[in-house]
Amino acid sequence: MTLQHYLIVSAILFVISMAGIFVNRRNVLVVLMSIELMLLAVNTNLIAFSKYLDDVQGQVFVFFILTVAAAEAAIGLAILVVLFRNKKTLETKEINELEG
Amino acid sequence: MIISPELFQQIIFYVFATFTIGSAMAVVTVKNTIYSALFLVLCFFNTAVLWLLIEAEFLAITLVLVYVGAVMVLFLFVVMMLDVKQAKASQLKQSYTKAALLIAAAMLVQLLILFAYKLSGEIPSNELVRQEQGYSNVAEVGMTLFTQYVYPFEIAAVILLVAIVAAIMLTMRKREGNKQMDASKQININPAERLRVVSMKAEKATTQAQSKEEES
Repeated sequence: MTLQHYLIVSAILFVISMAGIFVNRRNVLVVLMSIELMLLAVNTNLIAFSKYLDDVQGQVFVFFILTVAAAEAAIGLAILVVLFRNKKTLETKEINELEG
Repeated sequence: MIISPELFQQIIFYVFATFTIGSAMAVVTVKNTIYSALFLVLCFFNTAVLWLLIEAEFLAITLVLVYVGAVMVLFLFVVMMLDVKQAKASQLKQSYTKAALLIAAAMLVQLLILFAYKLSGEIPSNELVRQEQGYSNVAEVGMTLFTQYVYPFEIAAVILLVAIVAAIMLTMRKREGNKQMDASKQININPAERLRVVSMKAEKATTQAQSKEEES
């Protein structure tokens, strides 16, 4: 395998998750999962470049991305729980109003 | 027939890359949210194998531990707790679905052309140079992390702390009849509100006091 193989796999992953965000009409949870997939594609890219260019800094960055993504998932899910408690739904078309 | 190491690596790569992409497709297309969370777990496992294949062992294991072990368990917990109604297949269709898929396909084609042809002269096209036996990926990442990137590392720790506090604060629910102290009320107390000076007539001393006076 060369670097191109990994780049192509992560490009396909990225596009799939982007299409998931576009097409999704069910609930916000699947949108969050698509964001996780997107971060995974980006991480794969970073690791592949880091290994093939022999520079360890890319892996350190992946470590930080993993940390921030975990925090983001925790806060996002907490917001979803509060939203569900107030709205009783998680469908994307229902959550379209922003009230002060 | 003996399989050469290169061929074996290629077989592993293609098998797990196929599984990764297939499970990613399943995440965004499956109707049941629980199934898509489980497919996401499968996707993480397969990607971890892909990372192991290019000797990024530390991050592969971190992915399994942090994502599969913590984040996806959180996802599954929330999915099961919230009792989300399943959408019907007819509701999934949308007016802009076709346009969205077209845009995504166009982007995919562009990226593939970019990586496969346009950049083929720019990016290194060599096979991965394998490290010698006894090489520790964890040690190398750790050395960089704790020397050059120690300050961002501390900031990452603070970010995690903020995430904990924010998640707890967001989901904390006030119950009726829950007795608890309110610090701001305690601080803002005014002596005039809680201390009432009552003026009343002086009364006679009690009998005990009277007897004491008689004794003296």
